Amino acid sequence: MLNFLIRRILLAILTLFAVSVLTFLMFFALPRDPATAMCPKNCDAARLERVRDELGLNDPKYLQYLHYVQGIFAGRDLGASQGGHCDAPCLGYSYVNSEPVTETFGRVIPVTLSIVVPASILWLTVGIGLGMLSALRLGTVFDRLAIGLSLTGASLQLYFVGGVLLLTFVYTLKVLPYPRYTSILDNPWDWATALILPWCALAVLFSAVYARLSRAQMLETLSEDYVRTAEAKGLRRRTVVRRHALRAAITPLVTTAGVEVGAALGGTVITETTFGLRGLGRTAIDAVKDGDLPTIMGTVLIAAAFIVAANLVVDVLYTIIDPRVRLR
Amino acid sequence: MSVVPLDAERVEQDEPPARDDEAIAARSLGQAVWRRLRRDRTALVSGIVSALLIVVALAAPLIELGYGIDPQDSFKDDLDRYGMPYGVAGGVSGTHWFGIEPGLGRDLFIQMVYGMRTSLGIAFAAAIVTTTLGVLTGIVSGYLGGWVDGIINWITDVALALPFLIFTLALIRPLELAFYGPREAVPGWFRVIVLIGLFAAFGWTATARLVRGQVLSLREREFIEAARATGARTSRILFKELLPNLWAPIIVVFSLSIPAYITSEAALSFLGIGMLEPTPDFGRTIFRSLNYLQTDPAYVFFPGVTIFVLVLAFNLFGDAVRDALDPKSMTR
Repeated sequence: MLNFLIRRILLAILTLFAVSVLTFLMFFALPRDPATAMCPKNCDAARLERVRDELGLNDPKYLQYLHYVQGIFAGRDLGASQGGHCDAPCLGYSYVNSEPVTETFGRVIPVTLSIVVPASILWLTVGIGLGMLSALRLGTVFDRLAIGLSLTGASLQLYFVGGVLLLTFVYTLKVLPYPRYTSILDNPWDWATALILPWCALAVLFSAVYARLSRAQMLETLSEDYVRTAEAKGLRRRTVVRRHALRAAITPLVTTAGVEVGAALGGTVITETTFGLRGLGRTAIDAVKDGDLPTIMGTVLIAAAFIVAANLVVDVLYTIIDPRVRLR
Repeated sequence: MSVVPLDAERVEQDEPPARDDEAIAARSLGQAVWRRLRRDRTALVSGIVSALLIVVALAAPLIELGYGIDPQDSFKDDLDRYGMPYGVAGGVSGTHWFGIEPGLGRDLFIQMVYGMRTSLGIAFAAAIVTTTLGVLTGIVSGYLGGWVDGIINWITDVALALPFLIFTLALIRPLELAFYGPREAVPGWFRVIVLIGLFAAFGWTATARLVRGQVLSLREREFIEAARATGARTSRILFKELLPNLWAPIIVVFSLSIPAYITSEAALSFLGIGMLEPTPDFGRTIFRSLNYLQTDPAYVFFPGVTIFVLVLAFNLFGDAVRDALDPKSMTR
């Protein structure tokens, strides 16, 4: 188990390393000069040269990369126009926001987490519940309804669902305020009422995906020999489902949940745009439009780290849930 | 949610096939599949709708001719002084079937017709490129094994770890900067190529994984051994022996990737990093329409329902094709 963990963590670090080199190369080794793109409007030649110098663009490429990595782990000294010293998890300085990238992130990451975490709990519960129930009631009206709903849900667009939800609950029924982020620490009620529509929009789409998957998985498990054996030895249906089928059916879904983290992050970008919330996704998109390279790069790295970590957690969970994988 | 290019799980997922006790007759694979598709009511309806929508996209200029309105025509006279269309449901009338875009005054119906063209054009191109790439790498890595397989596998792992949407939105700007200056205008065709290229760069992995898995089991079979024993060249084994046995999973992947790319393209355009004005596009239209949610809900409704019908039809048809090609029930 320990062996497996160490190997898995090393692989995760290697992947992150590859992603960071890749992003770095794409942003800083492209033929065009990143300084021109990053320099504020009405940039004269002297200013451009200063920006180039402060960004370290005159250094060799590998040295630039090393400095960037050094910034992440040990902090680094940036030029005077970039706010001087930049503390340990340093992702560079954004000329567009006139602050270190990490400071922007500190503000927007809580927003994104407030959207993703409750929403994923919602869609996992609803999706897996719906799928399992419809598999147990194969061919009934409930099952047909669930299939129909999940097919519809999986073909809907997040922003369209968001628009319809806004139109119904905010503009027509006026039961909810227009989503505006409040910290859960300041006012949990405002936090929840503001974010319930984004949660629902995400849940409509993702629970449809999970309902389909878990239904197929449960049907397959129910046709396994050991389930038939359990039934044959006279166990009650409920015990068979709980003890034998459920655990086996959920295991592959854990893997899916890990793989889908990337998709969920993508979904969050769209949700934030639809509901006008300033999270990581919205920040990334604005950075793309403003050509704010340090912020874009930071976003990619954080997203990749998040996905790699999620996959790691999933792999470890897998060994715990699935008795066959344990102690390999 | 299909902001990812393709769900690998979805391709392999199978529904329990309905029993069908027909007299056994000799039928080719193609005939059997065609027969089953025709008998499946969902497949029939979704197939017809998908085909119709493809025809709409192909015949957009003809429709424009019959409809009599150009996508860039502006009907400012039909807007009030706040830029809102007169009449009910966003100005729906005999001349403007889906109403008029508030502010811009363009006809929404012809925008949707040409939007279908943008959407399907990019989706089909991306699906063809990614499937080809995925099949090639999958076959090579599965058949050759060894260090080639190891490297391709690792690249696949890394590519799968990258968040598609976030990476795409991060890449679009630097890619443009590589070819155009920071203040230069980027032509529309360049965006099309960049989008297809990015879809290809991220989308081939799922196909490659699937094909590799199939090849791993196929390469141990007798007919491959026989080909090798008779001294066939590797390229012959790959493309003349292995490939013909892979067409079922390839078609399934291809047909399910179309709706996935439609969704992804629309999502990118919605976020403002896909297709640019003046190319008509669903995602961008919906993004713009959200500002008029309160004043002109029909403006959100028409493009939203259009893209829903488009994605649903292709999703249902893709599922039907997968069920019809299911090897477990292939003999029927």
